[in-house]
Amino acid sequence: MGLVVAENITKIYSVVATKVSKDYTAGEIAIKALNEVSFEIEPASFVSFVGPSGSGKTTLLNLIGCLDKPTEGKLMVADTDVLHLDRKQSASFRGNNIGFIFQDFNLIPVLTVYENIEYPLLMVQNIPGVERKKRILTLLEAVGMIEQKDKYPDQISGGQKQRVAIARALVTNPKLVLADEPTANLDHKTAFLVLESMKKMRNEFGTTFIFSTHDQKIVGEAEIIYSLEDGELVGKQVKGGKANA
Amino acid sequence: MRNLSRIAIRNLSRYRRRTLLTASLVTIGVVFVLLFISISGSFKNMMVGQMTDSMLGHLEVHRKGYLASIDNLPLNLNLKLQAYRKLEEILKQQPEVESFSPRIKFGGMFSTFVETTNIRLNGVYPDPEFKTLPLLTSRITKGAKTLNRGEILIPDLLSTGMKVNVGDTVVVIATNKDGSVNGKQFKVSGVLESITGPGGRDGYIHFDDAMDVLRMEEMEVSEVAIRLKHFNRLHSFAEKLESLLSGEVNKQGKPIYDVSTWEKLSPFYNIARMIDVMAFFIKLMLIAVVLVSIMNVMIMAVYERIREIGTIAAIGTLPGKILSMFVLEGLFLGTMGALAGDLIGVIIILILNRVGITFDFGRQTGLVLSATIAPSDVLMISVIVIFISVIASLQPAYKASKMEPIKALRHV
Repeated sequence: MGLVVAENITKIYSVVATKVSKDYTAGEIAIKALNEVSFEIEPASFVSFVGPSGSGKTTLLNLIGCLDKPTEGKLMVADTDVLHLDRKQSASFRGNNIGFIFQDFNLIPVLTVYENIEYPLLMVQNIPGVERKKRILTLLEAVGMIEQKDKYPDQISGGQKQRVAIARALVTNPKLVLADEPTANLDHKTAFLVLESMKKMRNEFGTTFIFSTHDQKIVGEAEIIYSLEDGELVGKQVKGGKANA
Repeated sequence: MRNLSRIAIRNLSRYRRRTLLTASLVTIGVVFVLLFISISGSFKNMMVGQMTDSMLGHLEVHRKGYLASIDNLPLNLNLKLQAYRKLEEILKQQPEVESFSPRIKFGGMFSTFVETTNIRLNGVYPDPEFKTLPLLTSRITKGAKTLNRGEILIPDLLSTGMKVNVGDTVVVIATNKDGSVNGKQFKVSGVLESITGPGGRDGYIHFDDAMDVLRMEEMEVSEVAIRLKHFNRLHSFAEKLESLLSGEVNKQGKPIYDVSTWEKLSPFYNIARMIDVMAFFIKLMLIAVVLVSIMNVMIMAVYERIREIGTIAAIGTLPGKILSMFVLEGLFLGTMGALAGDLIGVIIILILNRVGITFDFGRQTGLVLSATIAPSDVLMISVIVIFISVIASLQPAYKASKMEPIKALRHV
């Protein structure tokens, strides 16, 4: 599965943000969460957006994930101009192109580990049974959760939950996985293990991973690091390359 | 749909206590309604049966104008022989008719030679009368369950009040339509149990004896009681008969016959209607209980799972599926309550019938209540409950489906 999917993904995947801005209003106060942010993300990258709280990391991930729309600018995700997608189209686009990993894992408590990973295949993509089982078992094996497949979320640890969340994000063969502070609720050892899992998945399936963090200790795990400050992109660092201000 | 159902059932079992509590409320409502419908329905059917099978028949035909003066038992508004023969001919051709019985009704004096009182009398032919009113013989509490010429069946009130027993000789005196008074001796052949309502104190004599008392040379009929093979076709047959008889007019061009169902002839129809109205309001209460309890629990369910809704929406679940998921929860909750209510309700009805509840109605005592409920009623109640459950969960489900994932994910 991995190689074929990886091949497909590398051919079609790209994120291009051109002068993307996002304004909010809190009561009568206007807040500029993002200010003319522009960047391009190559396929199969392992990218991190870093910055302090309120710098606009989550807002940016929400825009890339089609959970929100920019106020200004142009945003292309997987060759699609996501600005013009309506609510239903956005949901469909997310289901077919984007995987999500949440800070709080957000597993469905009434479903087992296996069923949580199965959920997007059943409810979003309607994948037939044999193919479904094959994909789930491959991912469970890859994230090291095959032994826990029949357990419910409240029966596994935080690190295990996040590994299940990674498997769930990848099971639909997305072009892009977005992870908003995926290690925020984990201890450092587990955080590194989760990031290792994510990187392993990227290597195995060729999926692009974009994650946000404010934890300087794990930022170094990213291959490309974008720095955000007060809604503006203030730097880009490529691992093994020089930093651009 | 199977997967949505599985998730819905799991979500219901997640809050087991709340689910059971809500389902119990629905169950109690269903049980209550089933018991009310079965008991009140049985009471109603029993009363209607008493009216139609021992007194009125399913419907009656009179000469036009007779009903307006029925309390006076007017002899000048009887159907003439020719009109009766025509009616008889039509009735014999109707496949819906089980039997019919011509009657002549009149008021007279009832004398034991010691005491005298007034009496309402029905002159009937015993065979068609007993066939048209199958419960009439069961009302004969003393004496033979027959009526021959020269015999009279008297109501219990008269028997008790005037100390008249079976075998005694009495005299009936009546005035005919020409004003001529005549009397005739009768032997009391039986005593009729009194029932509540007009006609409940009537006596019965043979039709030919009635003609003798009234010095009728030619048969005249006050009314024709009709029994149908299927009671549920009453109204359609009444309309049909009216239509068949509408062509029969008198010299003035006015219709001769007047067709009346038992409902028009008995005040108990209003009681029956009141029971129906009460059953309707009880059903409304059930709807309210189901609506409020299911809506309440579904609003809670949506509120508690906002982040979960945000998650499934973020990973691409379409709004329609989110809506279906919550509607299914409501549907299952309602179905669970309805099925449990049906089961418990039917069991209680069976127990009630085994125990045998008796009640009094008017002068009738010791009537055994036979609580029954038609499968169609059980089905209808269940369908109402399930439908209302779906309606009640629609609003919260719609709200869930319309949630912005980004806002839902931020919810604490």
